[in-house]
Amino acid sequence: MTSTVELMDYADVVARFDPVLGLEVHVELSTNTKMFCGCPTAFGAEPNTQVCPTCLGLPGSLPALNGKAVEAAIRIGLALNCEIAEWCRFARKNYFYPDMPKNFQTSQYDEPIAFDGYLDVTLEDGEVVRVGIERAHMEEDTGKSLHVGGATGRIHGADYSLLDYNRAGVPLIEIVTKPITGTGERAPEVARAYVTALRDLLKALDVSDVRMDQGSLRCDANVSLMAKDATEFGTRTETKNVNSLRSVERAVRHEMTRQAAVLAAGGSILQETRHFDEATGHTSAGRRKETSEDYRYFPEPDLVPIAPSREWVDELRGTLPELPWERRRRIQAEWGLSDAELRDLVNVGAVDLIAATADAGAPAAEARSWWVSYLAQQANTRGVELAELPITPAQVAAVIALVADGTLTKALAREVVDGVLAGEGEPAEVVEKRGLKVVSDDSALYAAVDEALAAQPDVAAKIRDGKVAAAGAIVGAVMKATKGQADAKRVRELVLERCQ
Amino acid sequence: MIRKTAAELADLIRTREVSAVEVAQAHLDRIAEVDPAVHAFLHVDTERALNAAKAVDEDVAAGRELASPLAGVPIAVKDVLTMQGATTTCGSRILEGWHPPYDATVVRKLLAAGMVILGKTNMDEFAMGSSTENSAYGVTRNPWDLDRIPGGSGGGSSAALAAFEAPLAIGTDTGGSIRQPGAVTGTVGVKPTYGTVSRYGLVAFSSSLDQAGPCARTVLDAALLHEVIAGHDPMDSTSIDAPVPPVVAAVREGQGGDLTGVRVGIVTELGGDGYQDGVLAAFHGAVEQLRALGAEIVEVSCPSFDLALPAYYLIAPSEASSNLARFDAMRYGLRTGDDSTRSAEDVMSLTREAGFGAEVKRRIMLGTYALSAGYYDAYYGSAQKVRTLITRDFAAAFDKVDVLISPTTPTTAFRIGERVDDPMAMYRADLCTIPANMAGNAALSVPCGLADGLPVGLQIMSPALQDHRGYRVAAAYEAARDAAQGGALIHRVPELEVAH
Repeated sequence: MTSTVELMDYADVVARFDPVLGLEVHVELSTNTKMFCGCPTAFGAEPNTQVCPTCLGLPGSLPALNGKAVEAAIRIGLALNCEIAEWCRFARKNYFYPDMPKNFQTSQYDEPIAFDGYLDVTLEDGEVVRVGIERAHMEEDTGKSLHVGGATGRIHGADYSLLDYNRAGVPLIEIVTKPITGTGERAPEVARAYVTALRDLLKALDVSDVRMDQGSLRCDANVSLMAKDATEFGTRTETKNVNSLRSVERAVRHEMTRQAAVLAAGGSILQETRHFDEATGHTSAGRRKETSEDYRYFPEPDLVPIAPSREWVDELRGTLPELPWERRRRIQAEWGLSDAELRDLVNVGAVDLIAATADAGAPAAEARSWWVSYLAQQANTRGVELAELPITPAQVAAVIALVADGTLTKALAREVVDGVLAGEGEPAEVVEKRGLKVVSDDSALYAAVDEALAAQPDVAAKIRDGKVAAAGAIVGAVMKATKGQADAKRVRELVLERCQ
Repeated sequence: MIRKTAAELADLIRTREVSAVEVAQAHLDRIAEVDPAVHAFLHVDTERALNAAKAVDEDVAAGRELASPLAGVPIAVKDVLTMQGATTTCGSRILEGWHPPYDATVVRKLLAAGMVILGKTNMDEFAMGSSTENSAYGVTRNPWDLDRIPGGSGGGSSAALAAFEAPLAIGTDTGGSIRQPGAVTGTVGVKPTYGTVSRYGLVAFSSSLDQAGPCARTVLDAALLHEVIAGHDPMDSTSIDAPVPPVVAAVREGQGGDLTGVRVGIVTELGGDGYQDGVLAAFHGAVEQLRALGAEIVEVSCPSFDLALPAYYLIAPSEASSNLARFDAMRYGLRTGDDSTRSAEDVMSLTREAGFGAEVKRRIMLGTYALSAGYYDAYYGSAQKVRTLITRDFAAAFDKVDVLISPTTPTTAFRIGERVDDPMAMYRADLCTIPANMAGNAALSVPCGLADGLPVGLQIMSPALQDHRGYRVAAAYEAARDAAQGGALIHRVPELEVAH
């Protein structure tokens, strides 16, 4: 086996093959408590502090279903135009792994709560692709393993492993597409657009944080190729560890070029799990098992079947919010945007953020200006999507409000935003910690103004002679002396007053 | 004092004729005297028992209302229920030294009722067996003949009653583990309707079949304990939210001795070939007694009962193979082979190899096989269909009769070691008790005489949530039998040698 991976030129790939995609997205629900117990689900707590007999799988413990998770699952199903099962069950998926407390995962198997739906996905040029949804089912998350030592960061070869069960039992919804065919060269783009649309939808439903960087939205990409004249799907691979929207597109594209090269060389694709490497943009084979995994599914005897009444389902249908695409159409009208302008905002993922910022009390124009300029630059520098920036629309609105009430200047406001992005807390906390308030104490400003005038007597003389434009130099000096924390307009007023 | 019933003891304590501490001490002394020979207990907690008794005495002295009709009465708990302050081993090496951090709901209810928990009783490992010979901590002996088995899996609880070490005990019944030990020790054993006694904290063998229930020396005592432990529990999703059947009232009614109008069905399939002559003779004696009390006796055929045993040995091991997967050395219990060179997977297998006994391994393998891809439909799937057929047989039978009866076991207590090498012979001990577990309805065993000096049990089965029907018939029969035979059968148990 050679260490270099043969890849086929992308144009050749799509000339010779048709890609078939299948996307499996795991969404961590933002319920207050876990799927089957009352433990909190907050991200980032000290390891093993959010656990109890049930989520640790202690002998004798039993699951009790979280009704809020079922409610979220049904709402997701409805928003994805799915049928909602009249009767469904959980099953046990049996396999041994140290971060799985019971050595089985309680999951839905052949009886999902929602099935047979679709999601319309808009590509960058406005083309709409309908992605079929096979099913959306409920399951519990596993714990987290940290494998220490060893070359691969996986369990094999590690010196030891640390286990954190805080995540064990957090409610997950797995959303599985039907095979996505006929997208040709646009397959990678469709994959990305689908996950983006799904993320926006879940955010609008307010059922999940949908943070790919924190794992609350995870995507596995199944990719296979079929020759142009073939009638059956090719063998697929499943790529895991795809942790950003950009990675979804890159991973699909890479698998297409890799599989095409293998097939063109007369080889065959192994049905296997592959691991995406953010740094190289390549996928690598996971550990291959001699036999295919047999999960020995059977209905979970510790839980009773779920039979959501039609009345309840209708009631939940009534709670569906304005969906992202409807909201966009409304915003376009309200803001008077052209199709192209709207699409540009959509493509950088700014529309919902701007709208949410406006909803949080900021003027729409201000909100738009922040997201498309300064924050867009920050996202670009970091190589992430706008929505992946660790700042919320509410926080941006708070910064805008601080500027409006004179607490901050525009320049200071950018520093506050930097602080929020650096994880220093809410805008008000950053202002406090960094000491970024505008100097509004006139006596301090008079002192600075007097000092600057004394340091530049010739400029002072010019101003006194009526050359008001010269005041700029003094204002600049005062701003420098106060490290930008003064309101320039006020400084100017004071300078002119002193020179009368 | 140790020969008194729980009801009598409770009255004596309430009326201050004896103190709860005296009652507890008498039983603790008895345990010290006879348990070296019987080995009913795995763990005795003298201090805890005396403290609990003292608290009841204080309530009595202060004239406070007692927590329950059984306040101050001692009780033994099968070591399959979690209880803080002691180990819970399930009779297995793999849980040696495990201190659960929480109380089973049944234990919580006993404590809340002011009952005095003496300790934990021996059992077949993980409740798998019919003789208590599968305990990793040594066999329990039948007080009627110390060379014979006390039944299983709850042999410790039934032997403790027959040896007058405790007036009451808790058992669990998956295929007969309360009733069969009750039958072979001349005590009363009740499997309540599935879902009426919480399974929270009951270390699962087969989740869809397991049910905790009362063990006692009289039907009234069993009913009093039944009302203490039954009731809806939100911690157990399979718990039924329905009023506890009025079993104590039913016993009082039954003790009136009139069964006129009660239709009793003899199950044709549970008798005949393979049943010990003495067992059948005692059973027919009981039938005549019931007839004399005014009951209408008919024969009822339940053809699917013939399939109950094989179906049970697919469902129970299947669920067990999954339930017992959690014993993997990672979080609690035994850990073998962890010399810092072996992988987690190797330590898991070495621990399971060392920690589980032969019968447990046999059932894990049976269950793993039955759930495997390609075999599921033929084994687990077919067994579930049999289960449905059994439920239908019961339903059809209960259209015609109020209760069904049979011998509880085909034979009296066999000799220790007699069946250890013949699993099929061992499994046949549960032939008559399994159908009620498969359908989830109520069933109990009440002593009905001796065969060659060993006790025989009469099984009375009732529809789900109609537990009181069986209690009424059992109480009427017990009263008549005791009158006819000049006292309770249990007092014919031979005197045990007392250790000094």
